[in-house]
Amino acid sequence: MPDPARRETRNRWLLLTPTLVVLLFAASGPLIIVLIYSFLTPGDYGGVVWKFSLDGWFNVLFNRDFFTDQVTFADAHLSIFWRSIKLSVLTTILTFIFGFPTAYFIATRPRAKRDLWMLLIMIPFWTNLLIRTFAVMELIRNEGTINTLLMRLGIIHEPIQMLFTEFAILLGMTYVYLPLMVLPIYASMERMDFNLVEAGYDLYATRWQVLRRVILPLVKPGVIAGSILVFVPSLGAYVTPRVLGGGTDLMIGNLIELQFGQGRNWPLGAALSLTLLVIVTVALLFYVRTAGEEDSHHG
Amino acid sequence: MIEIDRVRKEFGDGTDTFIALDDVSVTIRENEFFTLLGPSGCGKTTLLRVIAGFVDPTAGRVTLDGQDLLGLPPFRRPVNTVFQSYALFPHMTVAENIGFGLQMLNRPKAEVKQTVDEMLALVKMTQMAGRRTSEISGGQQQRVALARALAPRPKLLLLDEPLSALDYKLRKEMQLELKRLQAETGITFIFVTHDQEEALTMSDRIAVMNGGQIRQIGGPREIYDRPTDRFVADFIGETNFLAVEVLDFADEQARLRLPSGAEIAAHAPAEGIPRGAATLAIRPEHTSLCDPEGAALKGKLSDIVYFGTDTHYHVALDGDTRFVLREQNQPGGHEARAVGDTVGVRLAPGTGQVLRD
Repeated sequence: MPDPARRETRNRWLLLTPTLVVLLFAASGPLIIVLIYSFLTPGDYGGVVWKFSLDGWFNVLFNRDFFTDQVTFADAHLSIFWRSIKLSVLTTILTFIFGFPTAYFIATRPRAKRDLWMLLIMIPFWTNLLIRTFAVMELIRNEGTINTLLMRLGIIHEPIQMLFTEFAILLGMTYVYLPLMVLPIYASMERMDFNLVEAGYDLYATRWQVLRRVILPLVKPGVIAGSILVFVPSLGAYVTPRVLGGGTDLMIGNLIELQFGQGRNWPLGAALSLTLLVIVTVALLFYVRTAGEEDSHHG
Repeated sequence: MIEIDRVRKEFGDGTDTFIALDDVSVTIRENEFFTLLGPSGCGKTTLLRVIAGFVDPTAGRVTLDGQDLLGLPPFRRPVNTVFQSYALFPHMTVAENIGFGLQMLNRPKAEVKQTVDEMLALVKMTQMAGRRTSEISGGQQQRVALARALAPRPKLLLLDEPLSALDYKLRKEMQLELKRLQAETGITFIFVTHDQEEALTMSDRIAVMNGGQIRQIGGPREIYDRPTDRFVADFIGETNFLAVEVLDFADEQARLRLPSGAEIAAHAPAEGIPRGAATLAIRPEHTSLCDPEGAALKGKLSDIVYFGTDTHYHVALDGDTRFVLREQNQPGGHEARAVGDTVGVRLAPGTGQVLRD
């Protein structure tokens, strides 16, 4: 008869094993490979040569002139980082602005109808990302639905250039990631006791005050989760900026792809990938910290 | 003074409507502890929610001191509610919960703090001011909910079955506490409950509701001793119903003939009662066992149930009517009767109320 304490320990390890396997092979493993690659020398036709070099990391932020060895900031990279962060923050804000009322609307429907509404939100999410992105493209291109309609109505005479702009990327990402914001907010709102909303109204809070002082604090976990779910993939978005931004308005994801493809600079690609990871981590820490602090202030 | 005038509420669409309130009219006086009593689904909570502003009535008027309430959203009505689930804000402390209403009314900070302190003292929760609402017991949450609703000094306090979640002892305590708070604050209370004992012990007046209608309004004694219809008599307390024949009526007194042929006098509704068949309601504790010889009612003892404070005797009357009577137990008393004995039932003078059916 094995000792119960030891059996307990063994059972715990057995339960942990699937998680550990996934972490090891799907997360840590690739990450370590990327980390190693970032310190190697690019091969002539892609891949890496096993020779230590810091050039990959150096090239994330700087350029060295091929002839004069003069070092300058890699302005192109910096503007891509800035655009990625800006568009991701804006996408998060926009999905919240559209997603919060949507979640509220669904959570206040009769219970039997809520699943139907959620289904309507989820259906686009189950459609291939590329197809959805091309659908947005069809809407906003110069000969697309919106421009044609506005011209027919005589509101404009020249098509508005929307495709291949930052606006197009923002629109596409907001559309694509909206369900990721609605879902967690809806989940926490559905669990919310709506008596608390009535209590707010009863205690002289106007609609706005009830939203600000009662509903928002109560669904904050959902808002934080939704923001993270939208912000993180936005920052690494690849398909949407590629299709809707044309070749000009790149985001970090496109820059990384470029290094592993045409650029044939895997170490730089690897270093950029890790830079993205650092940006995401720092942004999340900052976000969770401020959100938590506000909580203890109003606590 | 709150006047509720022919308030009607229908739920659902044309084909399948449910009448929650069927032209309810009642006037509640200043500083009154008024109770809406009835079984679930009788419309009492709907009426409360109409007054609070959470339900728009289909028709009717509600005025508070002459001011029409129905045009106002809940946050403009000088009315506060103690919710059945308490509905305390879980993201705020006890003190913040209590101060919430005053804050929303934009009262100066110093005033809010002073009132919150007063309220904390009033409900004896000063020690708990900084606690989260999840860190206090059910009874304490109840006190906080009360303090929160009282803090803005509403003209009217609505209480929606506030004691139903508490255990028996705590409920008894809170009943007294509520009476004290009402007396101290001088605010009119409208209290909703399905618990008749709660209604009888606390209220100045009670409105008994059923099927969206008020069946009787009156003081606890009046409701208990002089129910006017069968529903009220049946819902409140235990009642024996006897089929009788009304022979004569004068001065709220009716002469009746019992099935046994005996003639007795009983109280009847002031507006009179027609001669012929009627129902007589008799409270079990207004009767006692006696010798069958010459008794107005007699039958066989079918059951004896000991309840500690009293004993219930079930008597199968002649003609198969079941009659329950209750006698208080005396110290050292012993069981003198046995199941199967033939016994008489003595009606104390003034016992019984004739009901209009």
